[in-house]
Amino acid sequence: MTEMPTPIPLRDRTVDALPWLVTAAMTLATFALAFGPDWSSLPARVLMLIGFVAISAHLLRGRGRQFFNGPVAYVAAGSLLLLVVLALFANEIAPQNPYDLRQLDIMDGRLPPGSTTFDGAMTYHLGTDEQGRDILSGILYGLRVSLSVAIIATLVAMAIGVVVGIYAAWAGGRVETILMRLVDLQLSFPSILVALMLMAAFGRGLDKVVIALIIVQWAYYARTVRGTALSEARKEYIDAARGLGLPVRRIIFRHLLPNCIPPLLVISTVQIANTIVLESSLSFLGVGVPITRPSLGLLIANGYDYMLSGQYWMSMYPGVALLAIVASINLVGDRLRDTLNPRLRK
Amino acid sequence: MLVYLLRRIAQSIFVALAMMVIVFFGIYMIGNPVDILISPDATPREIEETMARFGFDQPIYIQFLTFVGNALQGDLGRSFVHGESAVTLILHYMPATLELAALGLIFSVLIGIPLGVYAGYKADRWQGRAIMTGSIFGFSLPNFWVGMLLILIFAVELRWLPSTGRGDTVDVFGIRLSIFSENGLQYMILPALTLALYKASLVTRLARAGTQEALVQDYVKFARAKGVSETRILFVHVLKNIMIPILTVLGLELGSMIAFAVVTETVFAWPGMGKLLIDSILTLDRPVIVAYLMMTVLIFIVINLVVDIVYTILDPRVRVTGGAG
Repeated sequence: MTEMPTPIPLRDRTVDALPWLVTAAMTLATFALAFGPDWSSLPARVLMLIGFVAISAHLLRGRGRQFFNGPVAYVAAGSLLLLVVLALFANEIAPQNPYDLRQLDIMDGRLPPGSTTFDGAMTYHLGTDEQGRDILSGILYGLRVSLSVAIIATLVAMAIGVVVGIYAAWAGGRVETILMRLVDLQLSFPSILVALMLMAAFGRGLDKVVIALIIVQWAYYARTVRGTALSEARKEYIDAARGLGLPVRRIIFRHLLPNCIPPLLVISTVQIANTIVLESSLSFLGVGVPITRPSLGLLIANGYDYMLSGQYWMSMYPGVALLAIVASINLVGDRLRDTLNPRLRK
Repeated sequence: MLVYLLRRIAQSIFVALAMMVIVFFGIYMIGNPVDILISPDATPREIEETMARFGFDQPIYIQFLTFVGNALQGDLGRSFVHGESAVTLILHYMPATLELAALGLIFSVLIGIPLGVYAGYKADRWQGRAIMTGSIFGFSLPNFWVGMLLILIFAVELRWLPSTGRGDTVDVFGIRLSIFSENGLQYMILPALTLALYKASLVTRLARAGTQEALVQDYVKFARAKGVSETRILFVHVLKNIMIPILTVLGLELGSMIAFAVVTETVFAWPGMGKLLIDSILTLDRPVIVAYLMMTVLIFIVINLVVDIVYTILDPRVRVTGGAG
């Protein structure tokens, strides 16, 4: 006798992604709250940490054992959590506020790791840059810039991509052709080239980097979502919803949309890492974030001139931080893909 | 077929024109070139004269039409900084970029194929997994970061290779190339390796998938039965069969090598067109930026067009749906 497939409860299918959407909206809102001049709002940052942990817990509910299958998963997840905490609470953790000119002493410029201030009050564990900034503090603040720019850009690009992708799939016909041709066109150019083109036109700036990264990414999500939406729209539950006479809006938002989002979550995790890399490349080239808000890429660029003369610490340590964040996100994303989409496992 | 071809070419021309509009109006927003061209103590009369000389006093649509008219004749303006024709300038810098990209492609094949074939052979062992995890890093590491690390190790610490610059060049048909002189080649190794890393990861993954597929085929079983050594099976029998798809993908990726070269060239101070672009962005040298973007866009459109046409010849089903711009 062949085994009957277990029917998937309808409730599960319609609301699966909603908690995630709510948390994502919450995260964005707290970003907006915290994105003050120096991220001074502590409650907002605590809320963001809770949101981050809640999203992770929601993604992994019931699959924790599958996810943590070996030491690599523990190390990657642990270092990701650690880096997020460091970035969020840089104000409290960093020995110095690198943007507060009153705390800087130009006489302490380019000190090697382990040096102390003149009065011995503070040790520069990772050395200082040419302005006398503590590299460790610079990294903590830079980590925050890199992470927040990438997360915001990815979330907004994903939202735009979802709307366009579902709209194209649902509308069909000429609208779909035009939208998808646009997507194809954009994706036929490498993202670094498109981003450079945009930054050449915009000039540098935090908001401009975010906008450029959104424009670079939306097409990727639109294409993925359209594919998912087309295959989901053919499934029985959509026919069932139609048969029930539900209004189109309800079918799209409560039935189709939630089912198109889970595959995106895995992509977006890895995509955040790619966005961090892209932003750091732009900043390294001098067309990314402004000097007043250096990301890891810009820190590396700042120290780069001194590297050839052996003063490696100015760009080496920010580079290590960049490697750590990119690697841990990628490894976590890789585990997530294996855990959430067993079909994709090779 | 002919109809499809014509439609496809018309589409490409339309895309090129659309990009021209986007690039012109996009770059038009960058700063005020007059501020750079004229010294701060210039009299209003001098400012007016300079504006008139460069055509900045015209309304924007007239400037655009002039731009299009000149562009169609192969003239994309004159560099503010170098005082040379922008197209000539870019053509002058282009060989350096192309030879770097070519060596990068060669490196990515030389690194990627052995690793990929071996990973496919040991797919379920730790060696295969380690190579695959390594390739994730190859995909995700920032280009400039890798370059920096290579400089630190091979140039600063070990002093085996020069760090930045281009080295000796040899004139080949009037084009200056480094690839044929020993000293020039030494300068190329690190930047080409940096550029190759991403593609090498791609080749590794393709070669692994191809090898895994090929190893279960009958001809491999037959060769094994005949007593052919495993090494020979892998690197002669299997390799011959997986090379064609890999080379096809690499051909498509040539365009993106040029785009990635922007970062690599900046790290290694390699005097190619990517470095020219970044320098021009930093000095607000509008004509050069526009010319670079237009020429790169053109290269991409041509590559995409050729790819689509080749696909159409190979796979007639494509004709029904049409391809990418």
